[in-house]
Amino acid sequence: MKKSIIGALAVSTFLSPVAAMAETEVQFWHAFTGRLGELVKAQVEEFNASQSDYKVVESHKGNYSETLNAGIAAFRAKEQPHILMVFEVGTATMMAAKGAVRPAHEVMAQAGGALDQDSYIGAVKGYYTSTEGDMLSLPFNASTPVLWVNRDAMEAAGVDPDTDLSTWQNVDAALTALKAGGEDCPLVTAWQSWIHLENLSAYHDVPFASKDNGFAGVDTELMLNGEAQVAHLTAMGQWAKDGKFIYTGRRNEGGANFRAGECALFTESSAGYAGISSEAEFAFEVRPLPYWEGVGNAPQNTIIGGASLWVMEGHEDEEYKGAGAFLNFLSSSDVQAKWHQDTGYLPITAEASEATKAAGFYDANPGTDIAVIQMTANETTANSNGLRLGSFDQIRGIIDEELEGIWSGDKTAQEAMDSAKERGDALLRRFEAANR
Amino acid sequence: MEKRVTFKGWLLPVLLIAPQVLISAVFFFYPAGQAIWQSLFIPDPFGLSSQFVGLGNFEFLLGDKFYRTSFLTTATFSILVTLCSMIPALFLAVMADRLIKGSGVYRTLLIWPYAVAPAVAGVLWLFMFNTRVGVVSWYLGNLGYDWNHVLNGGEAMGLVVVASAWGRISYNFLFFFAALQAVPKSVIEAAAIDGARFWRRFWTIVLPLLSPTTFFLLVVNVVYSFFETFGVIHTITSGGPQQSTTVLVYKVFADGFVGQDLGSSSAQSVILLVVVGLLTVFQFKFIEKRVHY
Repeated sequence: MKKSIIGALAVSTFLSPVAAMAETEVQFWHAFTGRLGELVKAQVEEFNASQSDYKVVESHKGNYSETLNAGIAAFRAKEQPHILMVFEVGTATMMAAKGAVRPAHEVMAQAGGALDQDSYIGAVKGYYTSTEGDMLSLPFNASTPVLWVNRDAMEAAGVDPDTDLSTWQNVDAALTALKAGGEDCPLVTAWQSWIHLENLSAYHDVPFASKDNGFAGVDTELMLNGEAQVAHLTAMGQWAKDGKFIYTGRRNEGGANFRAGECALFTESSAGYAGISSEAEFAFEVRPLPYWEGVGNAPQNTIIGGASLWVMEGHEDEEYKGAGAFLNFLSSSDVQAKWHQDTGYLPITAEASEATKAAGFYDANPGTDIAVIQMTANETTANSNGLRLGSFDQIRGIIDEELEGIWSGDKTAQEAMDSAKERGDALLRRFEAANR
Repeated sequence: MEKRVTFKGWLLPVLLIAPQVLISAVFFFYPAGQAIWQSLFIPDPFGLSSQFVGLGNFEFLLGDKFYRTSFLTTATFSILVTLCSMIPALFLAVMADRLIKGSGVYRTLLIWPYAVAPAVAGVLWLFMFNTRVGVVSWYLGNLGYDWNHVLNGGEAMGLVVVASAWGRISYNFLFFFAALQAVPKSVIEAAAIDGARFWRRFWTIVLPLLSPTTFFLLVVNVVYSFFETFGVIHTITSGGPQQSTTVLVYKVFADGFVGQDLGSSSAQSVILLVVVGLLTVFQFKFIEKRVHY
């Protein structure tokens, strides 16, 4: 049945080239595969079906880094897409590229979107907003780290699964009890730099880098070797040494261990929900990310990870209207609410969050609102808006290397972070030189 | 003794070398020239602006102690890969050469790994040694050895060396095997009649006769370990843990494609070009003297 419709469409398109010409094509490059890829495709199809003026063509260009590279290479070859998905660490690179990107708020307004920038959740849009308060790219998938708990593993090790894990002090005690109860893998993590340094800093309201984490200028320096960060990493280094924290790799390798039921606690993005809920054969639970009681202003708010959509320069006006219309469609409340519920990514507008609550989703899926609460509990500060650092993908690589030095016991946390600062600052100076 | 062929006129010789010159120009001289030019600038990723810095990129690199360490890592890696791919290949070739029946089957089977792309080979080895689900690491765990290349730099280096050398054994095997077939039987038989046993014959007769092949493979393998092992390192370790497997080529990629720092990346490829050039000159000048054709 479906085939015959497609066939009929193909024939009719073939017979009426004029009708096909009337549709303006909008290229959209993204980094999603698997379930997320399907959901993106569904969004695009829904948009294409909803109107007849524009046709969005989505294509997958590899992982986040590869997609950004593809976009940059295409721009240099003057073959850039209209809309490019860029992960959060590429934000400073995109913002600095003045002649290559067109502000999203402009494009969306021109396409007739009644864009009220205030309707977006502050901690989500803040990451992508210029110092003048204009949203330069549309947040697409935003998540924030939370603590995932394997209740069965807790029970098996003789630890009350309802025990309070809101602070790292309590987690420390729980890890000791888990280890004593025979648990081989009390704690694993994904995205170590994002969770245990970037978010740790924001959550405790201490700076990660000078100049408001780079928001106020490119002449910024890393401050990740501060007291709060070093104290946290020292504690984690000790856990690693005691076999209470198991290091599995730089990305989200630990997710496989947790989903297989091998680990008790897991610090991972709230967007881990889709994978964990479908694979885990044990009772699991989401808790807020722990903080150190008495350090900084914890709990402040956590920051986001994920990607946003950038509109690139160098196309026809008509095409920008199509791109704007697509972005307006994506940011509409219904689409957002559905995306939030399907994926565990944060809604980008308060309205979408309200709609989700009204639909009873949070009641049916306890814990799915924790990320939203954690992000929005407090008004963001200069330390908790996000990070805007050049060469940040590479700086994360440096941080990963230095953290491995701590986990293996080769370096103290202070030595490792001093070294990370020194090496990272050298890259920031080069970025400053390139974008003078 | 040397045969020299001379051409009358210049058109034919020029025509004959033209394709090679053209290919070299398009795929080597032009990009190499671009790299040298770009290494003098710090451009922004999108090519919208760039700052002339003279030799600033080189200064920045050579002042970086991690970059200097990377030379050492590369040297260790290259030597290990070359040894691990040549010695087993020679051994297998000698063994296959002794077979009277079925050498064709062995030969075919031994060539297979060469058909596996480096990145795929990397994934295969990664699966076997995966700290969680790897077969080999599981057996090692049963023997009481806790394999963890995610944190142990030595183990990580060992793994990328083995994964890089594995497919290469096939390639080297092919050349050694062909060279062994070309060793005159009469010389070996004469030695055998004089009472020389197999290994003695191998050391004093076969190996010296293999020296041109060995030398060729040495050069090719060193170049391979410098440039073509990127896929293996990228899939297995991404240069980690810490910097233990960050070889020069991997750093070119990381700075250029992860860091978008094309200036530094170009400067590194220029340095790499010089290093490999010098290495090849060195090999031809000093090692080739000991090769008997």
